Amino acid sequence: MRIIVCAKQVPDTNDVKIDHKHGTLIRDGVPSILNPDDANGLEAALQIKDEHPDTKVTILTMGPAQAGIMIRECMAMGADEGYILSSRAFAGADTRATSKTLAVGVNHIGGADLIFCGRQAIDGDTAQVGPQLAARLGIPCVTYVQKIEFKDEKTLIVQRQLEDGYQVIEVKLPCLLTAVKELNEPRYMTVKGILDAYDKPLTILDHNDVGMAPEDCGLAASATQVLTSFTPPPKGKGEMLSGTINEMAAYVVKSLTEKHVI
Amino acid sequence: MIFDEKHELIRKLCRDFAEKEFTKEILDEVEETGVFPQDILDKMAKCGFFGTKIPVEYGGQGGDNLAYVIMLEEFCRVSPIASVYANAHNSLGSGPLLNSGTEEQKMKYIPDIASGKKRMAFGLTEPGAGSDAAGSTTIAVEEEDCFVLNGRKSFITMAPLSDYCIVFAKTDITKGNRGISAFIVDLTLPGVSFGKAEKKMGLIGCATTDVILEDVRVPKDCLLGERNKGFINAMKTLDGGRLGVAAQSIGVAQGCVDEAVKYAKERKQFGRPIAKFQAIAFMLADMQTKLSAAKELTYAAAQKKDENTKDAGVYCSMAKYFASESCNEIAGKAVQIHGGYGYTKDYKVERFYRDCRTFTIYEGTSQVQQLVISGNLLK
Repeated sequence: MRIIVCAKQVPDTNDVKIDHKHGTLIRDGVPSILNPDDANGLEAALQIKDEHPDTKVTILTMGPAQAGIMIRECMAMGADEGYILSSRAFAGADTRATSKTLAVGVNHIGGADLIFCGRQAIDGDTAQVGPQLAARLGIPCVTYVQKIEFKDEKTLIVQRQLEDGYQVIEVKLPCLLTAVKELNEPRYMTVKGILDAYDKPLTILDHNDVGMAPEDCGLAASATQVLTSFTPPPKGKGEMLSGTINEMAAYVVKSLTEKHVI
Repeated sequence: MIFDEKHELIRKLCRDFAEKEFTKEILDEVEETGVFPQDILDKMAKCGFFGTKIPVEYGGQGGDNLAYVIMLEEFCRVSPIASVYANAHNSLGSGPLLNSGTEEQKMKYIPDIASGKKRMAFGLTEPGAGSDAAGSTTIAVEEEDCFVLNGRKSFITMAPLSDYCIVFAKTDITKGNRGISAFIVDLTLPGVSFGKAEKKMGLIGCATTDVILEDVRVPKDCLLGERNKGFINAMKTLDGGRLGVAAQSIGVAQGCVDEAVKYAKERKQFGRPIAKFQAIAFMLADMQTKLSAAKELTYAAAQKKDENTKDAGVYCSMAKYFASESCNEIAGKAVQIHGGYGYTKDYKVERFYRDCRTFTIYEGTSQVQQLVISGNLLK
């Protein structure tokens, strides 16, 4: 069985600071991480591999060559091989162009029995790439997957998370599942896993390698474009009080009175 | 930069692990009970931390000394006691066997140490022989089928939590250092007992006790290395151990700098954050400068050890000496910046300050390091 996990390297939004003047994110010096929901997808794939050792887990990403370290991280957790779709022609892609490139990539590397994507990436929050990829590949897709069981070799029973409950869905392989964080707890890398990761195959493919014309990918093939993004104005800094309970309570009452709140 | 991508990932792994697992609640509980939770040790084992720098052929992870330094540094930034557990297996636990064990001894003991299944303590110090190992009085007398050991080892880290202990004992009492041999002692053997746990200032959470040996009959195949060559083995092991203490020192110092910077920005006096006062800002500048210098020296020592250069040993001594002394100074300043709050257990720096106090003492005091460094200069 072959499982492809689509992964994205994203800025760690916990560390992102906001440029209040321009309303943009300051990404300089912010570490890049494996998108958290994608880590849940990878963990699900690795759990299947734990049960069925002949499973091959492949990581596929679209991005700059620097995404290599994220793929090595996935390998250090247990993935077997990795591919980076990397070309200037892929730059500026919206979800439509991204899913197109990924679909060509999946077919180029020989397809899969099962594809995992994260529910959404923390830097874009669209949750569109997974379902679009499934549509392009012509395979069934279940989103928001929080539990997976094998009914038989070719059939999965999955739980799909809803706001107030869950659906139980039977789905035939090959299919695509998008993972939510409730699906599992991603494992740690191991020290030896890290050292061995660098002996595993990592291939970089550009648009020529996968047979795509530049006008069919990236910005040129995007239907949407983000004109501006902004962040809500900050709430202002909180104030830490110190002293005895009575002193602090008195201060709170005084401040609220001054502001005519009470 | 001396780090490659593998080292970056090892740092990420260790940092993520430390921040996620060594929570304030757990560390407070360890401090309260003196016991380190087994489930966290199990998770550490799963990640391979007990065998980070033990070779793959003996069941280890096969990392280099830089990887080992990174692990201890990142653990210590959050929890010095957790680093003691990880270090025990990689350093003093497996070191003597790797240095002078026979292939059979290595295969018998090291894989279980590397996986965390078993623990090996290191018994050199005695009540009357600390820095002066030659003055030790534990003796081993050869009989037909065994060596009979008698004596008392003191300040043995994790002795009652260990399965074995490397015991250094005199096989020739007339020869000082040159009459010491090393033995692998199964701690379940008749005649082995432990003293009561020391009430330590810091590093609470692992028992440190005496190991008492009364007519302990140790099989002959448990002699480790050549007879009367045990002292060389101990010194070689301690070289590696010193690198470990240097790594612990830069980790704790980083934790202290992080906390002090955070506090100095938050704490307001005279209407402004105390970080705005030059007196505090300059203290922070001194702390960071010393820390950066200590890091560079420690990483250089690790790299030299990996390259097996001639000056690796003296570099380990210099790194241990400078990093541990700097760490104590940095921790002291971090407490000072925290003022009265730094003197309470509610703030991390209080524990850091106590935990790091032993770094200038154990595995060779600062003064012993000065001896090693100056001896190397003046030979």
